[in-house]
Formats: sequence, C-alpha cells, structure tokens
Amino acid sequence: MIRFAIALAATLLLALPARAGVEIKEVTSPGGITAWLVEEPSIPFVALELRFRGGGSLDAPDKRGATSLMTGLLEEGAGEMDAREFARATERLAASFRYDVSDDAVSISAKFLTETRDEAIALLRESLIAPRFDPDAIDRVRGQMLSSIRSDEKDPRAIAGRVFDAAVYGDHPYGTPLDGTVDSVSTLTRDDLIAAHRGALARDRLHVSAVGDITADELGTLLDRLLGDLPEVGADLPGPAAPRFDGGVEVVDFDTPQSVVQFAQPGIDFDHPDYFAAYILNHILGGGGFESRLMSEIREKRGLTYGIYSYLVDKDQADLWMGSVASSNDRVAEAIEAVRAEWTRARDAGVTAEELDRAKTYLTGSYPLRFDGNGPIARIMVAMQMSGMPIDYIATRNDRVNAVTLEDVNRVARERIDPERLSFVVVGRPQGLSN
Amino acid sequence: MSRLMTLRAVFLALSVTVILALAPGARADDAVTHFTLDNGMAVVVIEDHRAPVAVHMVWYRVGAADEPPGQSGIAHFLEHLMFKGTETLAPGEFSRTVARNGGRDNAFTSYDYTAYFQRIAADRLDLVMGMEADRMVNLRLSPEDVATERDVVIEERNQRTENDPSSLFREQKNAAQYLNHPYGVPIIGWRHEIETLDRETALAFYERFYAPNNAILIVAGDVAPDEVRALAEKHYGPLPPNPDLAPRARPQEPPQLAERRLLFEDARVAQPWVSRSYTAPPRESGAQEKAAALNILAELLGGGTTSYLAEKLQFDEQIAVYTSAFYGGTSLDDTTFSLVVVPAEGVTLQEAEDAMDATLARFLQDGIDSEQLDRVKMQLRAAQIYARDDVERLANRYGRAMTQGLTLADVQAWPDILQSVTEDDILAAAQEVFDRRRAVTGWLAAPSDPAQEEMIQ
Repeated sequence: MIRFAIALAATLLLALPARAGVEIKEVTSPGGITAWLVEEPSIPFVALELRFRGGGSLDAPDKRGATSLMTGLLEEGAGEMDAREFARATERLAASFRYDVSDDAVSISAKFLTETRDEAIALLRESLIAPRFDPDAIDRVRGQMLSSIRSDEKDPRAIAGRVFDAAVYGDHPYGTPLDGTVDSVSTLTRDDLIAAHRGALARDRLHVSAVGDITADELGTLLDRLLGDLPEVGADLPGPAAPRFDGGVEVVDFDTPQSVVQFAQPGIDFDHPDYFAAYILNHILGGGGFESRLMSEIREKRGLTYGIYSYLVDKDQADLWMGSVASSNDRVAEAIEAVRAEWTRARDAGVTAEELDRAKTYLTGSYPLRFDGNGPIARIMVAMQMSGMPIDYIATRNDRVNAVTLEDVNRVARERIDPERLSFVVVGRPQGLSN
Repeated sequence: MSRLMTLRAVFLALSVTVILALAPGARADDAVTHFTLDNGMAVVVIEDHRAPVAVHMVWYRVGAADEPPGQSGIAHFLEHLMFKGTETLAPGEFSRTVARNGGRDNAFTSYDYTAYFQRIAADRLDLVMGMEADRMVNLRLSPEDVATERDVVIEERNQRTENDPSSLFREQKNAAQYLNHPYGVPIIGWRHEIETLDRETALAFYERFYAPNNAILIVAGDVAPDEVRALAEKHYGPLPPNPDLAPRARPQEPPQLAERRLLFEDARVAQPWVSRSYTAPPRESGAQEKAAALNILAELLGGGTTSYLAEKLQFDEQIAVYTSAFYGGTSLDDTTFSLVVVPAEGVTLQEAEDAMDATLARFLQDGIDSEQLDRVKMQLRAAQIYARDDVERLANRYGRAMTQGLTLADVQAWPDILQSVTEDDILAAAQEVFDRRRAVTGWLAAPSDPAQEEMIQ
C-alpha cells in the first residue's frame, strides 16, 4: 500500500504543474505603485490585499497599543462620514473591508463587487487617507480594546503567549502585547493615534495584491486613486530582536484544569540556504498534522493531548522554532518529557528516507491546492511579497522542496535542533513541574 | 443632517443600479447537480473548475442528539474512531494515504450530523471515495486504540470546555434551555459519560446509523457530475442500505411555562456578559418564510455596527462594548434566537439586561427602518456572488441543510425567500419569539463582580 501511494503521488506531480491556473502579473500604476495581479473574471468581484510593513512594532515604548487602536479606528469614521455613516455606506455597496494589525504589519483585506468598484474604492480610500479619530469613536473602541486586554489577562493561552514573549524578546517591541496594557491604552491620546497613522500607513512599506474581475490598467488607475495620497515615508522599523532561550521551564500558576504550554528554540530565516531543509524537518517533527512525530507520539500513542504542533516562525525581526500543546495538569509533565525526547531523537538520529519522501510528497502535492479562490490567492501573493519572494516563486517552489536531500535534513537536524535551549512556558497547575 | 441626506440620495441611486445588475447569472446554485443512488444515498455535485481541487464529503444524518441516554459524546467519539482502521486499512492509514497524495482530511460532529471530508487533487477522487466507502461498512477497532482515543477526547473536552468559562457557561445555559430534548446535552458529551464510552457502545452506534441510505455524498470542485456518478456507483453503489433505519424522532420539549435564569460564576471571568436565548422554530422544508424573517431580524437587531442593538447600546449610549443577535435557523428540531450584551465598564449585568429589554421593546414599537432592511437584503444578494469564491463553504451549506430536514430545493429557494421578507413578517416573527416565558437568561460573572451581589439580593 505504501509503495502504491507513493507511485500515485509521483504521477500527481506530473499531472499538476504548480503553476496551475495562477498567472501573476506585476502591475505598476502610473503613479508608481506596484502590485501583483491575477485576472479572474469569472466571478464579478475583486479581492484586494494591502500590507504595510511595521505594524504594532512601530509603537513607541510608552505608547504601546497605539498602532492597534489606530487600526481599529480606521473604519470608525472618515472624511465626511462618522462611524455609523461609514458603516452604512459600506453595507449599501455590499463591500467588505477588514483592518487588522500584527507585530509586523497593518493589513487591509477588501472585497468589492465589480458593479460598485469605484464607489467602494472611494470609501476605502477615505478610511486609509482621512480617518477622523473622532473622540467618541476613540472612547468606544478603546473600551472594546480594554475589555479584550482584561479578558486576555485571565486566559491561559494569552497568558502563556505574554509570558513567553517577555522572556524571549525582553525589551524589543515583540516582548510586550501589541494591544498594550490597561495603563498604556488608557493614556493614549488622539495625537498619539494621528502620529501612529502617519507612521504606519506609508508608501515606502506597502505591498499590494489583487485577484478577480479587473484588468491591469484598471488596477493601476484604482491604486493611484486609493493610495496615491499616502505619505511617501513612514516611521523607522525596529531593529532585530535578540531572542533568548534558557532551556528551562517557566511555570505560571493559574487555576485551570488543563495546562497550556508554549515552547521554542532558535529558528531560521527564510532566505537561509537551509530553510527548506528545516521546513521539511519541522513538517516531519510537528508540522504535518496527524502524520507528524509529535502528534503520533503524544496524541495517537499516549492520548496526552488533543493536538500538538510545531512551526517555524519567520518574523521580520526574529526567527523562532516554536510549538504548543495542552494537557491536563496531572499529565502535562509527561507531555513535556515526550516533547524533549522527540527533540533529542530528531537531533541525534535524524529522519528516515521514507519520512523525507512522505513529507516531500505531501508538501509538493498539496501546494497547488492552496490556490483555489480569489481571496486565498490574494492573501498568498501579498505574503510572498512580504517575505521577499520573487514573482516566479510559485513555479519554482516544489523544485526547492524536491532539491533537499536526506543528508541536508539530517545535517540541519544536527546543527539546529537544540534540546538544551528548548524553553517552555506552562500556564496552569501542572503536577511534577517547577521553575 | 443635510450631509447625511445627500449621501443617502447618492447611495440610494447606486443601490438601484446594483439590484438590476445582480439579477442575471449571479446565482451560486447554477453549478449544482443532484441525484440518488439505488441504495438511497443522496449525491450533490458542485462544480468549480478554477483550480484542480476537489472536496469529497460524506454527511451522515446522525449526531449528538441521536445518542442513547447515558452515552453522551458517543457520536463524536465514533467520529474520532473512524480514523482507526478497517479490515484493509491500518489505524491512521486513511489520513496517511490522503496526506501522501497531497490532501488533507478531517471530520466534525454536531447535534444533527456527522461529516467526514477530504480536500485533495481532483484526479485523486477515486482513491478517497474508495477509502470512505470502505470505512462506512468495514470499521475495525482494537480495545487499546479505543482507550487511548478516549483520553484524547477528554483532553479535547478540557481544551474546548473545562479551560474556558464561557464554554462552561454556554453548556450550562444550553442544558437549562432544553428540559427534555437532547439538544440540552453537550455534543462532546458530559465528562462522566465520556469516561464510560467503550468499543461496544461505539460499534453499536456505528451499526445502527452508518449506512448509505443515511448518508449524503457531496463532491465540490473541479469535477464533472457524470464522473462523480460513475465513481459513486462504483464505490458506494454496492453498499447495502440499512432496512431498519428508524425515523429521527427525538424526545420533544414540553411547553415552557416560566423564564429560566442562570448565574454562572467563575474566577477566570474577566469580562462579564448577559445572554438571552428564546426558543424559536427552525427552517421547515417547504415553509421557510418564518425562519427567513427571523434570520433577517437577527441581522437588523445584532448584525454589526449599524444594527439596532449596537446603535442604541453602543452608540447612542455607552452601555455595552459589544452586542449581537443570532438565530440558529438550520436545525432539525426547535432552535433558539439569542441576544448577547457585553456591558461597558461600570455597567452592571442588571443594567445591561434592563437596557437590552428596553431596547427590544422599543424596536417592536418603532417598527423596521426600511433603509436598514434594504441594506441587509443588498448584502444577502452580494453574498451569493462572494459565496462562489469558496466552494468548500457552499458544500458545507448543502450538507448542513440536507442533514437537518431540508432539501436541495429548500437551499436553492432560500435566497429568494430572504429577499421576499417584509417588514410585517419580521415584526410578526419578533412578536412571536420575544416572550421571556420561553427563554433562558444567563449571566456570566466573576465571583467578586458587584453585579452578581445585586442579583442575589
């Protein structure tokens, strides 16, 4: 059965060139804004993705949460419209605008119908260029953010993330929550939000992708109208973080039946020649859903958890190799022990040729299946630009995976998997664990 | 005010254009084909040829509400065990084979259905269909696999429920909603009953409910109906129907005569909230009008920034940081229409609940804002266009409906029924449903919350 399945999968690679249906054009608007476009006229709408590099990490140390609160206010009144008028106008057009913030970016995801494209773009433009930051809107959205911060203070998953970030990143902006604290958010002023807007939404850090019922010429015109009036230059990005891993276990006491665990060690940058070997290695270790070693050992064989995953984190200013698991308080020590054992086994014994083949077959076979909708393709293309991938990357990606040898993976395992620095944060009442 | 009037005039003109332009060719169900195999298995094919991908799903008309008393969680537990092998597949080999072919697979359980799916290259359909048909009749379970998987499910319950006071609150509140109907029992099961589930209870449930005449096959993506029919006849066609399949008759609720109230305290609650859920009728096959009115009512009352509750409680006054309304219309038996108010800082739960009730009363008195109704209907029309971008979601929509008492024709009629809802329909539905004697009101709070002391006094 195994041999049969692999033979099938080899056919699959031939039958499915990775380029399947995705023809990306680079479009430069008359005003000089660059975007990646896939024309897909069969459904009369466009998915448009904008990313502004920087995000929450642009906050000044005493203004933590400013970029996040600013982003939340973009749709709360702009130009001639207050918050309610803006929302009604969006509904009338049946457009959808989502504004989001992460450590490294402010993201705008827009969907609009061909029929109302011009009106939708005019509306979206107002929110990006001329947000009002009305005092009543600031108070209202600030109240929502404070409520969410207070909830995070009693949520074991959020607590684990916060303690972990502080320990690993220290004074870097990554070391504190991007929504800020009750104190920092309470003292943010309207001027702080105007400054955050001016610093975060600028053309020197912008990436754009569009998929749908629109031509290159139409997109160029649209982009100049939408984004032409943004400032050229924004705020300075933070420097690189210097993640620290002491290899220990930090227990945070919290009265809840199941302990929540995060763990990490140093990661690897996407541009490093060993990235794909590490990526495949992680897939085998803990990235591959039900098939991974961690899932097999800790869930399938021992029933210690509902799910365990590991992943490479490629942030702009730091690279981590992270993982997470949750187990009841009386079993979590056993789960952590098993994670350490798998980590050590991967370093010392590497992976087998069969595991490597399976991982490659999955990774190369599943890759073309991602490109199955305007929204997903637009999100993938903007992420590619943020990671600095070339526009022909999609056609070359499976070759990069296939080029990795068993020797590469096992060398990377020996060099990079580091059980001594693998550090854990545990939130709960774990038995048999202490700091 | 004049600025607002100008804007309105502009946008009213716009929306007329849109309505006209959306009429032709905008329907998502153009690409849907439906047929039934000789053994009673229904088949739905949804075509989308933009990418070489297919989603293959089998939906069983059985869920947590069909469980024998005392065996809560068995439907979901069996769903887990379905990955543990057959006469010809080793435990885990199903998922392993899907992964080796570049696909992914999973399953989910609800009150009225259990569904299994694989997302895979379209030319792998034969392979996954063969394996799915195999496990419909040939499941084999070892006692060791059953015992380990029960631990996994207990950890799943820990993660979803025990570790989250909001989930515990919803579970308790749901139990208060239904005195007699199994919708009051959690899908994942009560912990003490999960602990007693074993191989025999799982296999008995499997034998009773897993059969082609109790299943719906949905294939969506880069596939042709003829090709799906040929494959379905090859793999599912030979499976024998279960002649003893009984009608889905669950114990029904007695008339509710008094409001039920619940105060749930947990030290892990940082943000208290109040929730009210009224018993409401579900979508009925061939008669979905009342459900359509309730669906639009939920949008008008709590569908977002411009909804009535947000307008009154978050904008005109700062009583709430969040409000919402939700109607779970797709359901085999009676369902709920629920409201949530999350109070702003300094507002007690009693004040929040009083404001919610005052707002509801005012809504019924004011009548419907026809412009708001137009906006909601415009968004529903546009949703049909956006829906065509996500064929997996469309497949889910058909699967949920057809396992919960509706037909394919009902699903396809639904958008037009929504558009035909009038202001009077909505008000009549609201008058009928908003009766506190047929509702549960729940407060979620930390023990130290002053609002809670008020309630005790």
